Amino acid sequence: MQINRLNHGGNIDRNQVLSFQFNGMTYQGYQGDTLASALLANGVNVVGRSFKYSRPRGIMTADAQEPNAIFQIGTNASTIPNPRATQTPLYDNLVASSTNGWPNVEFDMMAGIGKLGGAMMPPGFYYKTFMYPQSMWMNYEKLIRKGAGLGRSPMTADPDRYDTMHHHCDVMIIGGGVAGIMAALNAAQTGANVIICDEQEQLGGQTLSSTETVNDITATQWLSQQIEQLRKQENILVLSRSTTFGYYDHNLIGINQRCTDHLGEHVPHSTRQRVHKVRAKQIVLATGAHERPLVYGNNDIPGCMLANAISTYIQCYAVIPGNKLVLMTTNDSAYQAAIDWHDAGRQVMAIIDTRPKTDSAIIQQAQNKGINIIFSHAVIEVQGSKRVNSVNIAPINNTGDNVIGPAINIVCDTVASSGGWSPVLHLSSHLGQKPLWRDDIIGFVPGQNDLLNCGAVSGKYALLSVIEDGIATGGKAAELSGFERLTDLPIPDIIPQITAAPMALFHVPHIQTTSRAPKQFVDYQNDVTAAAIELANREGFESIEHVKRYTALGFGTDQGKLGNINGIAITAKSLAKTIPETGTTIFRPMYTPTTMGALAGAHVKQLFAPARFTAMHQWHLQHGAEFEDVGQWKRPWYFPKNGESMQQALLRECLATRNSVGILDASTLGKIDIQGKDAREFLNRIYTNAWSKLGIGKCRYGVMCKEDGMIFDDGVTSCINDHHFIMTTTTGGAAGVLQWLELWHQTEWPELEVYFTSVTDHWTTMTISGPNSRKVLQKVCQDDVSKQALPFMSWIDATVAGVKARIFRISFTGELSFEINVPANLGLSVWQHIMDAGAEFEITPYGTETMHILRAEKGFIIVGQDTDGSVTPQDLDMNWVISPNKSFSCIGKRSWDRIDTKRNDRKQMVGLKAKDTNQVLPEGAQIVLDPQQKLPMTMVGHVTSSYFSACLGYSFALALVKSGTSRYGETVYLPQANGQIYEAEICSPIFYDPKGERQHVE
Amino acid sequence: MLQIHCPYCQEYREEEEFSYAGQAHIERPSEPESLTDQEWAQYLFFRKNPRGLHHEMWYHIHGCKQFFNVCRHTVTYQIISSYKIGDRPELEQSKAVDKESINAN
Repeated sequence: MQINRLNHGGNIDRNQVLSFQFNGMTYQGYQGDTLASALLANGVNVVGRSFKYSRPRGIMTADAQEPNAIFQIGTNASTIPNPRATQTPLYDNLVASSTNGWPNVEFDMMAGIGKLGGAMMPPGFYYKTFMYPQSMWMNYEKLIRKGAGLGRSPMTADPDRYDTMHHHCDVMIIGGGVAGIMAALNAAQTGANVIICDEQEQLGGQTLSSTETVNDITATQWLSQQIEQLRKQENILVLSRSTTFGYYDHNLIGINQRCTDHLGEHVPHSTRQRVHKVRAKQIVLATGAHERPLVYGNNDIPGCMLANAISTYIQCYAVIPGNKLVLMTTNDSAYQAAIDWHDAGRQVMAIIDTRPKTDSAIIQQAQNKGINIIFSHAVIEVQGSKRVNSVNIAPINNTGDNVIGPAINIVCDTVASSGGWSPVLHLSSHLGQKPLWRDDIIGFVPGQNDLLNCGAVSGKYALLSVIEDGIATGGKAAELSGFERLTDLPIPDIIPQITAAPMALFHVPHIQTTSRAPKQFVDYQNDVTAAAIELANREGFESIEHVKRYTALGFGTDQGKLGNINGIAITAKSLAKTIPETGTTIFRPMYTPTTMGALAGAHVKQLFAPARFTAMHQWHLQHGAEFEDVGQWKRPWYFPKNGESMQQALLRECLATRNSVGILDASTLGKIDIQGKDAREFLNRIYTNAWSKLGIGKCRYGVMCKEDGMIFDDGVTSCINDHHFIMTTTTGGAAGVLQWLELWHQTEWPELEVYFTSVTDHWTTMTISGPNSRKVLQKVCQDDVSKQALPFMSWIDATVAGVKARIFRISFTGELSFEINVPANLGLSVWQHIMDAGAEFEITPYGTETMHILRAEKGFIIVGQDTDGSVTPQDLDMNWVISPNKSFSCIGKRSWDRIDTKRNDRKQMVGLKAKDTNQVLPEGAQIVLDPQQKLPMTMVGHVTSSYFSACLGYSFALALVKSGTSRYGETVYLPQANGQIYEAEICSPIFYDPKGERQHVE
Repeated sequence: MLQIHCPYCQEYREEEEFSYAGQAHIERPSEPESLTDQEWAQYLFFRKNPRGLHHEMWYHIHGCKQFFNVCRHTVTYQIISSYKIGDRPELEQSKAVDKESINAN
């Protein structure tokens, strides 16, 4: 039964009955309802429990401020935690539950604890109580969080689709109330492209519940005409259900549009939410104002609401959330709630006006309807448990500081309050601008910045002034974005109303002191009371930022929209400061919580990050490769056969390569094509060794250092001709190296004629390695690849399997090796030919892990594994890669003469042999000289690469050890976290074929 | 998110297309060997961290692949100018401008 539903009025469709579930109970509402209006229609009082005291809470507001009706909406994978019911359109079969309250909100176990502990839970309670013992905090935290109930995130993959749209527009208008609508219409008539967005289901804002007259028709009828006009205009994009969550640098805003959330929980084949990123020439803030509640005793009992929310529920949803109303107000605007209540046929017990007797049009109107108005009084406290049953009112002095007479009791079930309006300026301070206080409107307005403000956000509340301001600001925005301002749209006829000045009152006095009075809530979601703020002030927290953090004021999922200004006012009063002296806390994005799905957009799964595949990827898949991510590349890691373990596969791959022939897909190595008459000189400057004499057809290994002398990449560069070189880089370093080359060329040496092009993807590279590699190659290549024609560290143009190729005789395994480069499109075909040719030698594909083992056996480094940005070529005992006599002081050279790089106790690369020859030392293990030393031990180095060698028959490692090169033969220790200590001997890092004879086989 | 004008492309583009490349107008000493360790360290390690105008390099990494200079206010993130490598900034760092902008915030 919708006991609170009126028989007429509202923007709802009574023919479309929707049923929904809340906390396990089934209710009915109408199309056009929000979840909040439907709950109120059904007379649901308790919708949640409070954070700290577990007090029952009801719906307070009808907008984004809502602190209590914050629910878990939906089920399973498509559930969303923490939407506000006031902004959740009702759909058929909607399922919602409170995010807190255990076992349920009607009977809550924590409430007992809350009542008991209420007086004993001051601000800082958690800090003060759960500090000791520190080790227990993790356990406390779990329990506290369970009790707190901040919603649950879904535990399975999101079935919905999200996306992102980018816009560039002339005028962006945030807020689709009457100010924004008029601004949009007036800006659009100049020809400007306009986007207007609004967070609610319907455009119109406060005017939707207005009862004024405009141009001799009702304000709502006039509003509909304007909205119709808006939708007709081709250069206006209207986004409703679209919350602007952030304002970012250079006029960028982020909007989250809820595309299907109003239709159902999961709508297949559609985009659930869409983020619009709008870069606008001019942004207009028309975000309106939020009503402020007053702070009084037990102001959280269900039935206590904002005055304006009552008007909205009656006018927009035909819901009257109670029977007997008491309204307390500091201003004229709230009178409308009592008038609407009265007109809906229910009883207004009294309007309690905190001001001394005053007069205005709307006060007259209320009096004419026979409503009892009591001036100079306030509701000092409310009685009731799960619903208001009466209030105590008492006379107060003119400044609202003290109660000056005895209280009387009035029976009622609903208390509306209004302390005036707070402009919704959150977005205006997202870039750090502080809001400004205005005494005349008793509120903060946006500070100076690039935004234009119009309507209530700039402190204009009367309908006529809002319309005027909207039109003027729209014109100005179009002008600022480069359009010629035409004659503004006409101002409609509205009869101005005589109003009375509002009173600055935030915290209603009580007969007792704040600390002894019934709880007066400021922040509902976090249970911050006026007494708690005063206590925080007494304890020395004076900065509003400190008060916020100590009391948790504004820390909930509602971000304290309802209570922040009251909290500031209470702090100001208790510290005897003014509100502007006290200041505000900074608002930050998101304005209201935004789902992660919307922010991720389509960038999920395979679109999350690009993956790069070589030409042979399909072959690798078919041959059972396990893959490793190297940068963005998917590289074969190893090729297990017939259920082999990884270790078994590696032993097989290593032995096959050393004994016969192996093949590696090396296509991912970075390749940079360098051309120009000064290419050679450029290489001299960027590499540590000399390139002046590298002949055509020759290859050379080079190391690149940063200017601080530390190695940052290495690779082989080959001379194609005097003005043309091809450089290889590490797989992961390719992009960085190209950027590095460009940086030096563009900023320091633009006079050098040299050009760099990344050709990594153009070439497929396959390395055949092992004593039989030449025999395999000769089967698919008619060119002369003999030792004489193609000596070590040279390259030739050749034809391989009918394909034009470059063959480089370079070796990363220490074996006879040929790196065959063919155009990428033909890579797979050549690979297959070579596999066929190699069959008689049992050619064995190997992956990155075997490559790592084979190169480590030879003491070849991998930049980024054996180096970490703090290693010089000298530290690696690689003086041979440095040419001291180059005419140009190459990058990094000067730094090798710094005192720090010349130290002889630097960490230097060595080999390690474990005492237990089967024990693979953990990579990253720290090395100490004295295992008996008390903790913390002196660490002299660490393991950088470590493997079991099939060819050597024992485990071995590379390590960086202080003064390592002079410590060969010494024993070192590697203490483990489990207390075990490994023992190892320092040796040369070259374990296999130290003389390098194997790569020269005939 | 910044919107940056690339002086080579002659267009405003989103920050996503660019990568930051450190302080601008640092010249590599022509004869590194003639410098003391201290002088070399100045060139290597010491960078400005102003509250106010900062001249910095950006790289149009997902665009024309050109480095260029930007004069940006580190408090407001306002970009005063962007100009090619080798050009001098229109507005040299000025104490007066810095002070003014700090007061404004």
